[in-house]
Amino acid sequence: MIAATLTKRYGGRAVLDAATLEVATGTVHALVGENGAGKSTLVKILAGIVRADGGSLELGGKPIALARWDRRAARAAGIGIVQQHGASAGTLSVVENAVLGVEGGPLLELAPTAKAIAELGDKIGLPVDPWARADRLSLGAAQRAEIIAELHHGAKLLILDEPTAVLAPVEVDGLLATLRRLAQSGTTIVLVTHKLDEVRAVADAVTVLRAGKTVGGFAKPLEVPAIARAMVGAELPPPATLAEPAAGAPVVLALEGVGVANAMGSLRMGRRLARLRETFGGGPTPEKPAARATVPLEGITLSVRAGEIVGVAGVDGNGQRELAQAIAGLVPHTGRVRIGEVDVSRDSAGQRLAAGIAHIPEDRQHGGLVLEATIAENLALGRADVTGRFRVDRARVRTFAETQIRELDIRPADPDAPARALSGGNQQKIVIARELSRPRVRVVVAAQPTRGVDLGAVARIHDRLRAAGAAGAGVLVISADLDELLVLCHRVVVMLRGRIVGERAGAALQADDVRTGLGGLMTGAQTGAQTGAA
Amino acid sequence: MRRAWPVALLASMAVGSTLMLIVGASPGHVWWTMVERVLTSRYQLGQVLYKATGLALTGLAVSIPLDAGLFNIGGEAQLGAGIFTCALVGTALPAGTPAVIAIPACTLAAVAGGALIGWLIGVLRARRDAHEVITSIMFNAIVAGVVLVEGSAYIFQGGTTTGAPIVAGAQLPQLPLGGSAANVALFIAVGAVALVWWLRSRTTWGQAWLAVGRDPDAARSVGISVARVQIAVMTGAGALAGLAATSFVMGHKHAFEQGLGAGTGLLGIVAALLGRLSPIGVGLASLLLGFLSVGGLAVGELVPEELIEVLLGVVLLAIAVAAAWERK
Repeated sequence: MIAATLTKRYGGRAVLDAATLEVATGTVHALVGENGAGKSTLVKILAGIVRADGGSLELGGKPIALARWDRRAARAAGIGIVQQHGASAGTLSVVENAVLGVEGGPLLELAPTAKAIAELGDKIGLPVDPWARADRLSLGAAQRAEIIAELHHGAKLLILDEPTAVLAPVEVDGLLATLRRLAQSGTTIVLVTHKLDEVRAVADAVTVLRAGKTVGGFAKPLEVPAIARAMVGAELPPPATLAEPAAGAPVVLALEGVGVANAMGSLRMGRRLARLRETFGGGPTPEKPAARATVPLEGITLSVRAGEIVGVAGVDGNGQRELAQAIAGLVPHTGRVRIGEVDVSRDSAGQRLAAGIAHIPEDRQHGGLVLEATIAENLALGRADVTGRFRVDRARVRTFAETQIRELDIRPADPDAPARALSGGNQQKIVIARELSRPRVRVVVAAQPTRGVDLGAVARIHDRLRAAGAAGAGVLVISADLDELLVLCHRVVVMLRGRIVGERAGAALQADDVRTGLGGLMTGAQTGAQTGAA
Repeated sequence: MRRAWPVALLASMAVGSTLMLIVGASPGHVWWTMVERVLTSRYQLGQVLYKATGLALTGLAVSIPLDAGLFNIGGEAQLGAGIFTCALVGTALPAGTPAVIAIPACTLAAVAGGALIGWLIGVLRARRDAHEVITSIMFNAIVAGVVLVEGSAYIFQGGTTTGAPIVAGAQLPQLPLGGSAANVALFIAVGAVALVWWLRSRTTWGQAWLAVGRDPDAARSVGISVARVQIAVMTGAGALAGLAATSFVMGHKHAFEQGLGAGTGLLGIVAALLGRLSPIGVGLASLLLGFLSVGGLAVGELVPEELIEVLLGVVLLAIAVAAAWERK
């Protein structure tokens, strides 16, 4: 199906250095490698989003002129792509996004497309509401919508860039099963990932990239340890063991009945529209059901002791984001948030940071980092303890940046490199470094701290979170990756529809059935968590 | 790195040359005459500096908010309010007020007038979600009207729209440049450029306003209050635009006049964009725009003076196009 040898440079640095990829029709082909290895660039060239600087590309035996290879040509050739950070226009619906840029005539005919999309989704086991607004969907649902849109446009080769990074275990299983079915029915899949258990579960063949070069090709039977060695170029160190928090350690984070109202923005807008309608005639607005996808947060009561690492598990979009934002003071909330003995419920985000919170936001590209700013500027952003209160102490910022870059192995190791040029893993390291190096951190709230981050970086980020706990902070880790929580946490709570529906701690976390138990809670299949209020 | 502004300038010169050909003038001759007449005359150079003084300040009033993600097109209103309050205080002071009191008082009045309008626009945006472009346009109209209404009540001289002269102590010295309007306010503008450069690149304030402009979510998550930054930035911008009144009122006319400084607020947008939002760039762009508008008058017998206005419009268009090219 594909035979490619590709080279791409950004500002003199070769991101792809004659990397090769060969994919057979009707197979699931995994493209693996550390962050920054060039995986995303390679598939973006295939999909016509990025132009190659050199090399050759053959599709189904026919050579392609790379100089004229753009997204339109690639789509016409049957290449579909679902990108890591999604490509949906937020305010449009799923079906509008699906026709964006590919609609044939001047007239939009959404209804038939919507029907086709819904049917296609049901057929391949990825149900989706074609009329839902893209920015109200969870990341997982938005991704399903994009996959279906590409198939709807006749993709014969479907590229998925780190698709499972945003999914919960159950969703991952569902997605992998779907990929297998698609491959059996003749669709070729290129799966970009660095999770080797996914590779083992689904891939027919594997290509390993490292530093822009193809360093290995594997076919069935897949030898996972060999693939891992090829990826990192060395053996991975064993994970550190987790020290128990001291008995009787004080509670550093206490939540009492914390709630976040449903879809604040749209509610306010709805009220404004209603008022306008009353003013200008047309009578009062009929009662409408609340916004669909944003799950409200309700009655969250939870405490974290000093030195304790508590995990929040759950399928993406069940209120975890709101929980993190409520604790950090980024959304208005009800109930009480206490840091140590101090009630910060009425405090602003800045006051809460000063009170000892470190917050690692869910989305590093929107909210975690200023992409246009340099590594050093991002590391010092809002850190008055580094910059000084008014005049920026530039020598001190530079020393601080160099220290953090060294400690977390941020690449490139150049304080003046713009954050935009970094791989996702290295961007995340900047956020981690900035937040965890705050003075007197008492509470760490880490939302999806290793989403889309490579193995080496995951180990470093986990070490930093453990170190924060060992230094006496209470750590709350929100993750859609249950395996991550199981290696990292003393205690795991599960969120479903904006509530905490269960908890496992201590020995129960080591039990054999913990995965199925927590997985059942996450989907609402287990326990009497039938609250009915959705 | 690719630079857009030389391309923008060359493109607009090309368009200008074409227009000159159409009206029957020789472009080479016109450009040369323009350069020659402006650069060899102390008076014309002084006029360039006078124009640039106002433009640098109104340019900064656009560039700072734009850094923070806000488009302040209310420079006309802020400058207009500054001119009015400056003249109001200048005429209200008792005759014989010494300069050490009169100059700071009138300067503060100018700053306060502009800052008030900027603050209002900022508060409406930050607290009430009213788009700053819309409110700016409204304020441009409102201030122009209010100034006339209040002016006729307090400072206009019978039946005119010209105010009484401000006290002698508040008048800024001219620069010795052939009797041109250039005055000491030039150094105020230079100081403002330097101050803004320093704030923007060397202080946490600059850090905060740039962060808010580039990614408000990130700014919020590190504890920066986006609303507070928006209000502060608009207030500061208004203050800078108002400060330009020192040149117009205290440095040149020594009285309120209807239409004084008109257009400087809007041309400040061109200065800000041509200067690529860097404070020093804004200063240099003001000099260039000052040269073009003075030069256009200087060659008045060769080409219609409206040609320069067309040229400025083309500069703006070319910058907008070239900026996209620069990002590629």
